[in-house]
Amino acid sequence: MNTLLVLPLLVPLATAAATILLARSPRAVRTASFAGAAASLGAAVALLGATRDGTILVTQAGAWEAPFGISLVADRFAAAMVLVAALLLAAVVVSSIRGLDGARERAGYHPLLHVLSMGVSGAFLTGDLFNLYVWFEVMLMSSFVLVSLGGERAQLQGALKYVVLNLVSSALFLAGAGLLYGSIGTLNMAGAAVALRELPAQGLPSVVASLFLLAFGIKAAAFPLFFWLPASYHTPPMPVAALFAGLLTKVGVYALVRVLTLVFVRDTAFTGPLLLAVAALTMVTGVLGAMAQGDVRKVLSFHIVSQIGYMLMGLGLGTRLALAGTVFYVLHHIVVKANLFLVAGAMRRAGGSFSLEKLGSLLARSPLLAAAFLVPAVSLAGLPPLSGFWAKYLLVRAGLEAGNGTIVAVALAVSLLTLFSMTKIWNEAFWKPAPAGAGAAPAPLSAAERASLLGPVLVLGAITVAIGLGAGVLYRFADAAAAQLLDPELYVRAVLGARGGGT
Amino acid sequence: MRSLILAAATRVVFPLLLLFSVFLLFRGHNEPGGGFVGGLVAATAYALLALTGGVAAARRVLPARPEVLIGTGLLAALASGLVGLAAGRPFMTGLWGDVSLPVVGKPGTPVLFDAGVYLTVLGVVLLILLTLQEEDEA
Repeated sequence: MNTLLVLPLLVPLATAAATILLARSPRAVRTASFAGAAASLGAAVALLGATRDGTILVTQAGAWEAPFGISLVADRFAAAMVLVAALLLAAVVVSSIRGLDGARERAGYHPLLHVLSMGVSGAFLTGDLFNLYVWFEVMLMSSFVLVSLGGERAQLQGALKYVVLNLVSSALFLAGAGLLYGSIGTLNMAGAAVALRELPAQGLPSVVASLFLLAFGIKAAAFPLFFWLPASYHTPPMPVAALFAGLLTKVGVYALVRVLTLVFVRDTAFTGPLLLAVAALTMVTGVLGAMAQGDVRKVLSFHIVSQIGYMLMGLGLGTRLALAGTVFYVLHHIVVKANLFLVAGAMRRAGGSFSLEKLGSLLARSPLLAAAFLVPAVSLAGLPPLSGFWAKYLLVRAGLEAGNGTIVAVALAVSLLTLFSMTKIWNEAFWKPAPAGAGAAPAPLSAAERASLLGPVLVLGAITVAIGLGAGVLYRFADAAAAQLLDPELYVRAVLGARGGGT
Repeated sequence: MRSLILAAATRVVFPLLLLFSVFLLFRGHNEPGGGFVGGLVAATAYALLALTGGVAAARRVLPARPEVLIGTGLLAALASGLVGLAAGRPFMTGLWGDVSLPVVGKPGTPVLFDAGVYLTVLGVVLLILLTLQEEDEA
């Protein structure tokens, strides 16, 4: 039980160390990297299995009692996030075999990938605010290197914006944590939740909550501080971009959900409407930005921003159904979004470009790729019966039940515009004949390339379809996770034992 | 530019720095010191050697490639956490032996962790320094 909680951190660390030691043999590195990703996936499945019945697993690292030591905690939501993160890592490792050049692979790509995955899992599992900051840094350090690995001009330009804004966000987070520690003397999330009950709901807690909102909002790429994302995500190779697109912003969303449902629970009259406004603006600006782009990667980057809005919408509404919608949305979105970036990598390989103007007739050239694009694209736009439809359906219903027609209208309109964007990519890249003067078509994909580039895409696509057809299973899980999130007392009691229980 | 004074001094200082770094490593549990500073001090020793005799000279006396040092260090730190887990206690629990060794003091998992930090820091700093200097020399 104890071991299950630390395995998602230990396996990536051990894999990173192994891939560093094996660096001389690229073949061995790939094997170790894949074995590590598979082991992470196994550990994550076991963790989810142990938390499915509603158990909240807790371990106090180093045997220092909470709230003094660092607690690692896994409830349903955290375990599910760890699982999709591990799934994505495995897909990216496979896709890197052909989707990445040898120079980058030799420059320490695989160790960084696993350190990043450790940072992400750590952020999901930690029960301590300062420790969360540390995991953010672990994650950022490795992502800084991953985004600039290769040293192309565009990459460095993107990396600079990425680094600067994320450092600002870290500084704000740290300032918030400092303020909180100064006033209540603990940064253990459960301990802080208990201590804040003694303080008036407004005033300092609201200030700290706003700082966290801002810091995590930057990480999640929410309006108005999202512009680092479309400026940097299109620059690294597509496997890296897929991992970033799938995971990094979602860690910000996860952190927001965690602190707003556990620590800062009393001033919802302040955070709720604020979040809803941010959510609406994020959705709209993201989708409008996407419409103006002519590069597949940039269109997809802007759509990440727009989708973050939906996740915040559920959090802002704050009802059980809405939170279930957020949980459902995050889980579905990680799979779909990463998949689209992996597809973009395959499109580049098959069509020779990322530019919609230069691409064409991909449908004739590779019908399999076209199918692989359609599944996540249609799911992203929210057409039934794929996963995105159910995610949006939950949120829209929650919005209507809460009597908030405006946000529902925005969500539906943005959904339509998303569909437009996806149709644009379909028409330009797959449907229209290849433009004249584009030069000879690249050679058709070899069998190895198919396995590496299309294999993960098809698996993730199959998961999207499975979520869509068996939405009831995931809905029941998301609903149970939301119920757990809405009852912070469960979390507090699991971490602090009986001491935290009575209020 | 080769400086005769620096080259001569390095020959004397190099072993002293390495010794001092190990001293700092073991001192770290109760007093200022520890794996991080120890690793930095050890890295300065090799950096001096690289400055005066070139990167090749530094690499010759280095027991392993910097990458190997990093990997070994990470595994050592990881292993120190696993000891607690194997003993049925939470991950990273500090466990101490009963014997008292000369120099090291009581052996325990925190010493192993610190040794891991030492190796990792040494490896990282040397990897950066030697790579930069190699580019410069080329």
